[in-house]
Amino acid sequence: MTNTATLDILVVGREKAILEVVERLINSHEGWKATIVNTEDDAVDASKKQRFPIVLVCAGLSVQEEEALRQRLVGKDPATVVIRHYGGGSGLLENEILGILDQRRKYGK
Amino acid sequence: MSTTTLHKAATRGHADHGWLDSWHTFSFAGYYEPERIQFGMLRVLNDDTVAGGRGFGSHPHENMEIISIPLEGSLVHEDNLGHKKVVSAGEIQVMSTGTGVFHSEYNNSPDQPAKFLQIWVFPNKLNVTPRYDQIKLSDSKEHNTLQQIVSPAPGVNPEHEYREHKHPVEKQGTWIYQDAWFNLGTFDAGREFEYDLRKQGNGVYLFVIEGAFLYDGKRLEARDGLGVTDTATFKLKAAEPGSKILIMEVPMKAKLQS
Repeated sequence: MTNTATLDILVVGREKAILEVVERLINSHEGWKATIVNTEDDAVDASKKQRFPIVLVCAGLSVQEEEALRQRLVGKDPATVVIRHYGGGSGLLENEILGILDQRRKYGK
Repeated sequence: MSTTTLHKAATRGHADHGWLDSWHTFSFAGYYEPERIQFGMLRVLNDDTVAGGRGFGSHPHENMEIISIPLEGSLVHEDNLGHKKVVSAGEIQVMSTGTGVFHSEYNNSPDQPAKFLQIWVFPNKLNVTPRYDQIKLSDSKEHNTLQQIVSPAPGVNPEHEYREHKHPVEKQGTWIYQDAWFNLGTFDAGREFEYDLRKQGNGVYLFVIEGAFLYDGKRLEARDGLGVTDTATFKLKAAEPGSKILIMEVPMKAKLQS
């Protein structure tokens, strides 16, 4: 049986050119779909229209901005996982997402 | 009593893309092993061979300290900061990628393979202005002594935080945004030396580049890695002629500044 459910991933960052690469890399993975935004407000707006189980925070956002965004998104949907994306490309991206999915399988979140 | 984690060379992840043959000590790209994600702030240790005339096209990086150590041959690096450099065996390249940088790196030889280690360390400061640096190693210091190649960014952390140690030259080599020290050394068979950790709470990842070393009776062969924690000092002994090692001291816990 094939699992056709799509994993929607929201990516927030200030650097448009890097976000576009991250978007392309995520979308190249079967069953994963990226939405990219530049600001925290746009991230919250996007999450009102659609559920994103995973939110990746990219360069440009400070630790404080990341935490404030986490509060806003998790406050709305406690199952949302917000993590910092490091590296800016293919090296760690897949690992970071697989890590979250692994935690979900193990701990149910 | 120290705690150790041994990663034998053959247990690393492996990806053969034809033009690129890469061994991953830690999970990377398509290699995902939950028990092998990182050692403290050391996240990536790739042992790469790039075929002649081939390389990595333009791609981005952000918020990562990237250290490249060519072992054979040379690579041509070009980035959107305006750098076009050739980095060869005997040199070290560092990029603090911060808010973002695009770069390409190609084998500088049309027909000979280039071998290099690519190492990623999580930064202790996010969103820094991207920076490029390249240093040449000192030939005179290469044999039977450790040569410091990386240390923490000057001025970011007060030096009084660091443990007193027997190798007081802090500013040798280049630097990164992390409380990390990297040393390289080539040793004759039977030569024993001591390493004193610079900072309390740090751990050390040993990576044997060539030959073999003995750590507390354990034999480490070429490309084996050993993580060492819960110690302030340790001894290593070269077990073969011309044994070469990379010693990477890194924090075991994140301490992130914005």
